[in-house]
Amino acid sequence: MRSDGQSGRPAGWGLRMAALGGVLFLNLPLAFILLYAFTTDDRTFSFPPPGLTVKWFAVAWERGDVWEALWLSVRVAAASMLMAMILGTLAAAAMYRFRFFGKEAITLLILLPIALPGIVTGISLRSAFALGGIPFSYWTIVLGHATFCIVVVYNNVIARLRRSSPALIEASMDLGANAFETFRYVILPSIATALLAGGMLAFALSFDEVIVTTFTAGQQSTLPIWMYQELQRPRQRPVTNVVAVFVIAVTFIPILAAYYLTRDTHDAAGSGK
Amino acid sequence: MAAVSADAAPAPGVLGRFSTFLYLRPRVMLLLLLVPPLLWLGVIYLGSLFALLAQSLFHIDDFSGLVVYEPGLQTYAELFTPANIDIITRTVVMAAVVTLICGAIAFPLAYYMARYTSTHSKAIFYIAVMMPLWSNYLVRVYSWKLILAKEGVITWLFNLVGLGGVLDWILELPVIGGPSLSVSYIGTCITFVYIWLPYMVLPVEAALERVPRSFIEASADLGAHPGETFRRVILPLAIPGVAAGSIFTFSLTLGDYIIPQLVGSSRPFIGMAVYQLQGTAGNIPLAAAFTIVPMVVMGIYLTIAKRFGAFDAL
Repeated sequence: MRSDGQSGRPAGWGLRMAALGGVLFLNLPLAFILLYAFTTDDRTFSFPPPGLTVKWFAVAWERGDVWEALWLSVRVAAASMLMAMILGTLAAAAMYRFRFFGKEAITLLILLPIALPGIVTGISLRSAFALGGIPFSYWTIVLGHATFCIVVVYNNVIARLRRSSPALIEASMDLGANAFETFRYVILPSIATALLAGGMLAFALSFDEVIVTTFTAGQQSTLPIWMYQELQRPRQRPVTNVVAVFVIAVTFIPILAAYYLTRDTHDAAGSGK
Repeated sequence: MAAVSADAAPAPGVLGRFSTFLYLRPRVMLLLLLVPPLLWLGVIYLGSLFALLAQSLFHIDDFSGLVVYEPGLQTYAELFTPANIDIITRTVVMAAVVTLICGAIAFPLAYYMARYTSTHSKAIFYIAVMMPLWSNYLVRVYSWKLILAKEGVITWLFNLVGLGGVLDWILELPVIGGPSLSVSYIGTCITFVYIWLPYMVLPVEAALERVPRSFIEASADLGAHPGETFRRVILPLAIPGVAAGSIFTFSLTLGDYIIPQLVGSSRPFIGMAVYQLQGTAGNIPLAAAFTIVPMVVMGIYLTIAKRFGAFDAL
């Protein structure tokens, strides 16, 4: 399973099987979701499916509640991503650039929303809204999501900052650029891909979130909440299957985009060390 | 990387002067950078957290079912009844098991990704690891509900290779067994591992990738076997990554109430208990006291993880 850790040599048979096994374990379940979207069986999960049909796609397309939930999810994720990118980058810049009293505590504070179980974040925000008399809305959902999204942007940006060379920044200042120009022309390009990657992770995290959302959303349903209700009290199981496939298909595009965006700059940003 | 344009003639505009001002007063700059995220996390997040914790000091009146706003430790006495201790133990053990299995599956995968892939195949591996992460959480839980179902693919597969008896035997085991995989602890555990695995693979992979090739070459030059190099150079440098990943897998399992609700025996986990207490039961004080448990557990866990350098590998 391990050893043979010599670069240049081909990986051992065991290691290759373990890696392949891991990848299959991660991806095969999604294939089953795809398969079940076409099944004619609308009551049980029988495998192999008794027959295949595409009629559920048409049924799902007509459902207005699905579209509403999707649109809300996208708006929440976009707003949370934006908030997280701004706050996360600011925090990362401060933590990278300065040493100060209480720095450790702030690291912990940034990490806390993701280190603490989501249910803690959810229930404390809910009770705070209740105490403050704040009604549930689109913004209460965003507030909850942005809180735990900050850390992923922060992590990505600070990791990149640590890897890039401070000499580049000094050189830029020596050549007469002010702090803003240095940020725009030196720092931003070198953290851009990390920032983007962090932002996309934040988007995914928010788009996925159901635990905090159950506490911070009122009557509104994000797509995960819609699906959660559907899993607890199934109305039309095949429609759930189709929506599941749709969600998988949609998320594949940004991943490919992220890959192509980060591919060329990865080496440049990492070469500072 | 975009180069700075050559026309570096100083033109001290407003921004330029502000920049100099900041440069000369790093404290002001630090303040400007740090205040927005601190306001958000410190006031909104910590504020509501403390408000919640404060409520755990109140208690519910047994007869009226209303919250009595008098500070006291009554609720905590209620927390440590055997039934609730059971819930806590069940959750912590599950989180530990899930973390261990995640580590065991993630390490070889991350190791292969970091050391044996070309630029092109690494991208494919990345996508393969990220795909589930980017797919909806509930969709993924749901996929295991249908895979583990009695009439589902696992049963079919076991019967296909003639091992149906083995599956039945596993299901008859006490505690971890059940009528079918989708209503047993095994099912819950598999689903947890599947859901949180990418969070383990990514930090481990990043840590392994940061091991400089020259270290490995130096180790080989100094006469170490590949196995020795792995044990004494690569593994110690990968530990912070594993510790970082385990923070995610452990914490996420600790607080999840959806997976045990949808896949597994209906015996409650901490998250489910909290959810029911604040919702249907309306017992906010006990729910608040219950949330302290994962916080204390995570506090202990983070302290240990920090020792292993997890925070540097995040």
